Amino acid sequence: MGEGAFEMRVYDLLLRVYPSSFRNEYGGEMRAVFARSRRDAVGAGSIVTLWLGTIAEVAGNAALVHGDLLRQDAGYTLRVLRRTPGFAITAVLIVALGIGATTAVFSVTDFVLIRPLPFPDPSRLVKVWERTPGYNRLELSAANYRDWTEGSAVFERIGMYHAAAANLLGAGEPLNVFGAAVSADLFPTLGVRPLLGRLFVETDDRKGAAGTLILSYRLWQTQFGGDPAVVGRELLLDSEKFAVVGVMPREFRFPSSDAQLWTPLRFDEQDYVDRNNNWLESVGRLRRGVTIVQARARLELLAAQSRRQYPKENADVSASVIRFSDEVSNQSRLLLVALCGAAGCVLLIACANLANLLLARALGRRRELAVRAAMGAGRERMIRQLMTESLLLAAIGGILGVLVARSAVPLLNRLVPSTLPLATAPVVDLRVLLFAMALTGVTGVAFGLAPVLRVGGEADLGGLRESARIGGGSRERLRSMLVVAEIVASVVLLVSAGLLLRALWTVQSTDPGFRAEGVLTLRTALPYPQYGRVATREAFYRRVLSDVRALPGVTSAGYISFQPLGRMRGGIWPVSLDGRPVNVADHQVAFIRYVTPGYFATLGIPMKSGRDVREADDVDRKPYAAVVSESFVRRYWPKDDLASVLGRHFTFAYEDRLVVGVVGDVRMRGLERDAEPQVYLSSKQVPDNWIIGYAPRSLAVRTTTTPAALAPSIRAIVRRVDPTLPVSDVTTLADLVDGDTASRSAQLRVLGAFAVIAFVLAGIGIHGLLSFAVSQRAQEIGVRVALGATRRDILSMVVGRCARLAAAGVIPGIAIAYVAGREMEALLAGVRPADATTMAAAVGLSIAMAAAGSLVPTLRALRVDPMTALRTE
Amino acid sequence: MLPTATFHILLALAEDDRHGYAIIQDVAARTGGELKLSAGTLYRSIQRMLEQGLIVETRDRPAPEDDDERRRYYRITPEGTAAAREEARRLAQLVRMARARGLAPRKA
Repeated sequence: MGEGAFEMRVYDLLLRVYPSSFRNEYGGEMRAVFARSRRDAVGAGSIVTLWLGTIAEVAGNAALVHGDLLRQDAGYTLRVLRRTPGFAITAVLIVALGIGATTAVFSVTDFVLIRPLPFPDPSRLVKVWERTPGYNRLELSAANYRDWTEGSAVFERIGMYHAAAANLLGAGEPLNVFGAAVSADLFPTLGVRPLLGRLFVETDDRKGAAGTLILSYRLWQTQFGGDPAVVGRELLLDSEKFAVVGVMPREFRFPSSDAQLWTPLRFDEQDYVDRNNNWLESVGRLRRGVTIVQARARLELLAAQSRRQYPKENADVSASVIRFSDEVSNQSRLLLVALCGAAGCVLLIACANLANLLLARALGRRRELAVRAAMGAGRERMIRQLMTESLLLAAIGGILGVLVARSAVPLLNRLVPSTLPLATAPVVDLRVLLFAMALTGVTGVAFGLAPVLRVGGEADLGGLRESARIGGGSRERLRSMLVVAEIVASVVLLVSAGLLLRALWTVQSTDPGFRAEGVLTLRTALPYPQYGRVATREAFYRRVLSDVRALPGVTSAGYISFQPLGRMRGGIWPVSLDGRPVNVADHQVAFIRYVTPGYFATLGIPMKSGRDVREADDVDRKPYAAVVSESFVRRYWPKDDLASVLGRHFTFAYEDRLVVGVVGDVRMRGLERDAEPQVYLSSKQVPDNWIIGYAPRSLAVRTTTTPAALAPSIRAIVRRVDPTLPVSDVTTLADLVDGDTASRSAQLRVLGAFAVIAFVLAGIGIHGLLSFAVSQRAQEIGVRVALGATRRDILSMVVGRCARLAAAGVIPGIAIAYVAGREMEALLAGVRPADATTMAAAVGLSIAMAAAGSLVPTLRALRVDPMTALRTE
Repeated sequence: MLPTATFHILLALAEDDRHGYAIIQDVAARTGGELKLSAGTLYRSIQRMLEQGLIVETRDRPAPEDDDERRRYYRITPEGTAAAREEARRLAQLVRMARARGLAPRKA
């Protein structure tokens, strides 16, 4: 018997797989059937067969029975929803917004922060930087790179690279393409293979080796029509011959998504001399089993060794090792986290809203549910029915939400930093779909739970006896709490969006130091070595500038090394005063820019004292002239005024310089960065073949007409002067300034959209709650009116309710918003998280929203006719 | 068209009111052991047939010596009989058509 009882217990356990309603009804019968079958089975073989068959049978049939119930409930739900289409549409739209917003943000966040990089075994990839006081990630000098990585115990492999632009000839139009010079180790370190041909080998790296290059898939397609015979072809790159040795696969982008070709990084012993020439980036692959902590410790040891060995050059230089996947800037990361928070708020509000809607409906349907309970539907069946309803709503909303996300994701593209080695843009793919599905499930359960707890728990006959008058008291506390939560979340979003808006305004109103309107800029390549000599360059500038200045509408034109806010935002050089040695650690540096006469006038950079560089400032005229910025004077001669520093000397870029003029500050690195000291030198006062990288290549033209319309005529002028010279980066200064705030405005648009959605949803929430309360309490109001309550009393009853809700939401909302503002202070460009204007505006809007939400219910309460209300009793 | 299990249950109940295990046994006996309804299939079918009104649970108990207090007995309804008849006609027609094409034995 003992054994039989045990087997029956096992069978009972199996029966638990069935829905309990089915089990309650037929469990006993099924037990009896099983007991008989068990008794009939004789011998171990048939017992085992019976059990196996039973298990399979239970699994299959239980699923079918669950399916029957689901079909039944879904059919019922659809019938009910069809009777109340307004409710159904509202609910589905709310879910769609919540899930759409969250899914869209997730797809971008996943793409930028979570998804592994598109290289094999990416967790072992790290970047190595030098670290000095003031710079956390400084490029490596070749010598330090060699000392720190040679025969390394921590790296399986390590390679280095240097991003660069080059002019490509031999494939139609001359083309300025962006790419990188890479060491032969780099691609194997990343673990990539070529699509065609081969990768670089060590012999390609030597100085004097025949030029070789590897094409990106994109360049191969656009310039060579995807011709496989391109391997072996010779091209001119900056007028040097390079043979194509390979083509990389389509998805390979390195170091950034716009890289088009790669050349070998060629070295000789000379390159290892200067330890302060920091220009190499490196990617290493850690040996299996080596942790990043061990790698850091090892590199720090080597850096300390170098400090001892080269106390002068390597003073304060230490090493930092950072996971390749962590290269995304802190600001991008913070931004995405902030957006996730915002999306979470929207979803929360959506859920609260729906919970409220369903709760109101469930309370309204108490009679119906009570009837069903009286007819024998068990508690579990009722809960199941309610959950089916909310999950069905969530599912329809979720599908719509994915469509919303699909159309929203392209708008979020700007939030993806272009510096990532990623080929594709974020899309709604399987991962994102799974996320959306999970979210939909959680949402359905979350907002379905409230009515289940509220109604499922009390599905008794009480609902039958009591008439529908169930408005007041504790029953509404849950609903009020949900509305308060919505207000809290919407206040947080409003304040955050407001702070970002203020920050954007602050940044946009920042004076960049020049007048951006009406200026066109473009780059002419001027490759080395043809343009290595100053005289050649000057002849070029003279012809181009004089022809450009003759164009109708052009008021001035000038050349500079790099425009402010452009792609190249650095370029600094040590400054030495009165022959004293430079203290690099003390940041004794300034921006270096070479200009032609007329550049300051073209950009509208004000001359504060002295004069511009002029034609007479040529290579024979010493001391060389320098125009410095106000910030330079403040930094190096803080006690003196701008006029008195004229005629002073300092040493900069190997030469003694004489201050001939002072100009206003320009924010070279961006509107949100302070203007650092700047030095402008004459384009003529440099020896031939010196600091070629800083030779003026960027033309700026000020016009009284539309700047962009000038581009074709300027291209024509450049082509006349040198037909092989590529023209690139054609843009207006105004666009450069806009570009500087583009990601900020994108982020504001997204957060702003979220805030608006939240705001509207919270308004709907207030409206729904009060409407319901008023309709449920119509009799009470009628009685009060009959007993002599004035319209004022009724008004203050409804409005007071609304005011309490608003206050209960706004006050914690402001507090949380302040905390959130503190967290994202880095995104606020100096706007304080407790900014009074923003807070006041958010509170004002919330009050307006509460007022708007309560308008219709208030009017309805005032219109209650005591006679009608009492008669329904 | 009726599901096979439903049709067999109707056949089993056409003769007499039966409880679950008796239905299983009757079906097995009639099909020569070819069709053995499992408890799950049986009661899922019964649940649907009750909803569709093809059968009812009966309160009449059979002779005391066969009775088992805990058992539920089911009885075919007129709708159930009609449904079974309709299904039989459909099947007969199918067999006739198959026979006309030489795909079935001359005598059923």
